[in-house]
Amino acid sequence: MPFQDRTAELPDDQRIVMTAVGLTSPNGNSLEDYRAALLAGKSGVQSYNIRYVGDTLAGICNFEATKYQSRRDMRRGTRAGTIGIWCAHEAIARSGLDWPNIDKSRVGIYVGITEHGNVETENEIFLIKGYDYDTSVWSHHHNPRTVANNPAGEITLNLGITGPHYTIGAACAAGNAGIIQGAQMLRLGECDIAIAGGVSESIHTFGIFASFKSQGALATHADPTRASRPFDKDRNGIVVAEGGCLYILERLSDAKARSATLLAEIVSYAINSDATDFVLPNPERQAQCVQMALKRGGLAPDQIQIVSTHATGTASGDSQECEALRNAFAGCSSVRFNNTKSFIGHAMGAAGALELAGNLPSFQDRVCHATINVDNLDETCAIDGLVLNEPEPLDQVDYILNNSFGMLGINSVLIVRRF
Amino acid sequence: MTPAEIRDEILDILSDIAPDEDLSGLDDNKSFREQLELDSMDFLDIVMELRKRHRVQIPEDEYGNLASMASTVSYLEPKMRDIVAA
Repeated sequence: MPFQDRTAELPDDQRIVMTAVGLTSPNGNSLEDYRAALLAGKSGVQSYNIRYVGDTLAGICNFEATKYQSRRDMRRGTRAGTIGIWCAHEAIARSGLDWPNIDKSRVGIYVGITEHGNVETENEIFLIKGYDYDTSVWSHHHNPRTVANNPAGEITLNLGITGPHYTIGAACAAGNAGIIQGAQMLRLGECDIAIAGGVSESIHTFGIFASFKSQGALATHADPTRASRPFDKDRNGIVVAEGGCLYILERLSDAKARSATLLAEIVSYAINSDATDFVLPNPERQAQCVQMALKRGGLAPDQIQIVSTHATGTASGDSQECEALRNAFAGCSSVRFNNTKSFIGHAMGAAGALELAGNLPSFQDRVCHATINVDNLDETCAIDGLVLNEPEPLDQVDYILNNSFGMLGINSVLIVRRF
Repeated sequence: MTPAEIRDEILDILSDIAPDEDLSGLDDNKSFREQLELDSMDFLDIVMELRKRHRVQIPEDEYGNLASMASTVSYLEPKMRDIVAA
């Protein structure tokens, strides 16, 4: 039976598909390894120590950065740039694109970030402290490292890409926002290939840990692998993670012309704002964002098989999202809800893109990965269809809906479809 | 510092700035740029490291003295003569 959604009304040059993904996650550096870890219940959270804050926990990536970047450029650039370069190379290598002969002026780079520049600024302040705050030893590399386009710009420098590049600052909704931006630019004809998603180097800034701690929202647990526990009654906050995930996006007409393998089609998306609080989420607006994405895609809620939740492990945030989902998916008995942060922590700007990636293989294997570390489900998070602790086989997976929300009340929803 | 010690210090700085380069065959009389992939930001790194490590100040109009190892050592020798090598 043909798919029932709005894409049927669109010409192929307005339909956007994902043809490859490159990623690094605390529990895997390829889609295959990452997916295997998610199905096996393998966490990527470890003990971590960062200056001033001391011992804490983090999701830490371990990829072979020198495979694609010289040590000189790594020293000169940023961790976010290095993560972006790794992801872009991995995505291109898996895309089947004839990369040497691709017109690089028609490639656009759209990288979502939660924040950028904190790591580099903290490093410089730490350094000049040792020189009695003499700013003459402040690095001349500071500005190119901290300009907001840095992670995207480093990718263009490394790969010789001369099309547009910039980052999309969207707090923890940034991974989805990067993908959405790439899709929009393809539809507008601004590029022919979009390398889009999100990155995060946030574990290298003590400020993010200290701020979450001051807010009472930094996770602690004797066993690092058990610390990130969205929906559990004993959850006590966020585990900060680094990571990256970039997709190759193309117009369906171009992908068909080169007989590309398709991971998924972007069916719909929505971004809205709470306009209510700096930090606290607004379940009404979240539900509206989900409903807007469904409506734009010409979809009914019960057409979605998997909802990848945003939940971070904070007391109020998880409950609020579940309230939003309860409303948006009322009466939909077949939809399943899972959560990736329970495995890897919160990868900030990369989170939305990474969390979607881990679910994409379900189009083929028809398994919904679990939310791990739920020993005692919080009754305020109890929604029908939560997949807890063990993966659940499904009859069919056609649509995945990916939630990503962020501070200052930014909500993003992305819906992709099996192709 | 003796000229030999200054040379060792510059080599150490270069190994930080250009970690992918093999410095073992460096010709002291040829310019760094002929032999290594260094750009203006890298030369600023040499200036910065000398400032950080030894409080040696190099005015901008004298950066040209850092063209080769021989010219660098010759230029720095009077400035670093009284510094004790670590």
